[in-house]
Amino acid sequence: MRSLDNPQILRGIIMDHYEHPRNRGLIEDDSYQKINMNSDTCIDNLDIQVKFSGDKIEDVRYDGEACAICTSSTSIMSELVIGKTKEEAMNIIENYMNMIYEKDYDEDLLEEAIAFKNTHKQANRIKCATLGWNGLVKLIEESEE
Amino acid sequence: MFDVDIVRKDFPMLNGKMMHDHPLIYFDNGATTLKPQVVIDAVCDYLTNYSGNAHRGDYDLSHEVDEQYEKTREIVKDFIHARRKEEIVFTSGTTDSLNLVAYGYGKTHLKAGDEILITVAEHASNTLPWFDIANEVGAVVKFVELDEKGRLTLENVQMAMSEKTKILALAEVTNVLGYKAPMKEICSYAHQFNAIVVADGAQSVPHQETNVYDTDVDFLAFSGHKMCGPTGVGVLYGKYDLLCEMKPTRLGGGSNSRYNSCGVVTLKNPPYKFEAGTPNIEGVIGLGSAITYLSHLTMRDIEAYEKELRNYCIDKMKTLDNVELYNEESTGAIAFNIKGVFSQDAASLFNTYGIAVRAGQHCAKILDVFLHVSSTLRVTFYFYNTKDEIDQFIEVCKKGDDFLDAFFG
Repeated sequence: MRSLDNPQILRGIIMDHYEHPRNRGLIEDDSYQKINMNSDTCIDNLDIQVKFSGDKIEDVRYDGEACAICTSSTSIMSELVIGKTKEEAMNIIENYMNMIYEKDYDEDLLEEAIAFKNTHKQANRIKCATLGWNGLVKLIEESEE
Repeated sequence: MFDVDIVRKDFPMLNGKMMHDHPLIYFDNGATTLKPQVVIDAVCDYLTNYSGNAHRGDYDLSHEVDEQYEKTREIVKDFIHARRKEEIVFTSGTTDSLNLVAYGYGKTHLKAGDEILITVAEHASNTLPWFDIANEVGAVVKFVELDEKGRLTLENVQMAMSEKTKILALAEVTNVLGYKAPMKEICSYAHQFNAIVVADGAQSVPHQETNVYDTDVDFLAFSGHKMCGPTGVGVLYGKYDLLCEMKPTRLGGGSNSRYNSCGVVTLKNPPYKFEAGTPNIEGVIGLGSAITYLSHLTMRDIEAYEKELRNYCIDKMKTLDNVELYNEESTGAIAFNIKGVFSQDAASLFNTYGIAVRAGQHCAKILDVFLHVSSTLRVTFYFYNTKDEIDQFIEVCKKGDDFLDAFFG
């Protein structure tokens, strides 16, 4: 079995990011753009901040109240996109969404985020696994306006 | 006492419905309930064999519809021990009923400075309309304090009441903590101040005997689908004099007796003035069938059996170190968390084993100020649940730490 298909390893990734979320905690700094993302159907509720430097994503922060799936997926996303250009980030997000919705995607781009490849089996968790990602999309789109 | 194995045969969803490859264990009865075949048949019978409109035609078919529709009003009247069938208004459900009281009665009877009493354990449907009305007329929504366990007591109602209190809007049984309010005593006290009591019966009427004559509540709202009936139908009971004073919030066909081009409108008497438009006829007929079904089992036995289930479940849950219980002593819902596991994650785990439990704030979004947790799991039984189902539920509680199994199951 490839390690990518080993549920124990994928679980480990999610638990690691849930228990030790990276880049968590908001920053008081006007150069960050901020958005609140919350789910209508559950209580996941995150504030997400991004600092752009020209075309580049210099930093991503988030905080709030969220389940394991939402917290860890947002944590992994933050690590994936920091340092990338907006275009590169959008490409990663697109591949992630393709994975979530069972379409073709590039595994290599997603790194640890492939831990969420089984989300479609628990359809009610799709919102949890995409809340942070959708927030980042909105922030990137807003920055382009 | 009924035999639960026989009762379960009446419910198609308990005979073959699977969830995640397990036979469904349905523990979210506070949200909605499963339907017995007799209710399904009653709805289909109307749709198949006599689907005319009510209160309209001059022909036999419409008369037949009227008879069935009005028969349900009688059935409801008897079920809750109202004085007359004209005190039964059909609505789309508890939310609709409570909104009707708030906007039809509250708005026309409250003035600036008046007080409305509710609690933090009320459902959104018994909170938000009152916030809105209070805003509109300048009245004030005040909260009766719950006791240390989360119960509503007469003493705390007495402390919160004043000459300014005009309306008390309270759940007979709250939807997260499940405690019964001493409604009869509260009504008796409130009436000394000429205040009226609006009871939210969504979580009480399906599970216990209801006697509005005895409790003397002024209004009682409840839903059909939480008591084996169809969705989209519910009841507002109101004392007839109060219904006469109350304004309809929707006007239209069937609610007026005459009007002319000068805009002079004569409304029908209650309950018809509140039922403008073609009603949910199949829903009402299904509700009548559901109540007949429950009455056959008897509400007393239903209540006793559910209490037995709850006690059985609580005793088992108390032996688990990883379970945090919030309302051991109540009689309704069981509110709990698996320690260290976010409620939504835990609910997914139960889902994987075919067990439907609810996670979140359960439409009581200000209850967190009392519980000091932002969300809980909630289990709510009905008379068709079994101890065997509870045993399976307990086994999954024990696996709480493996909640990510759900994600890889």
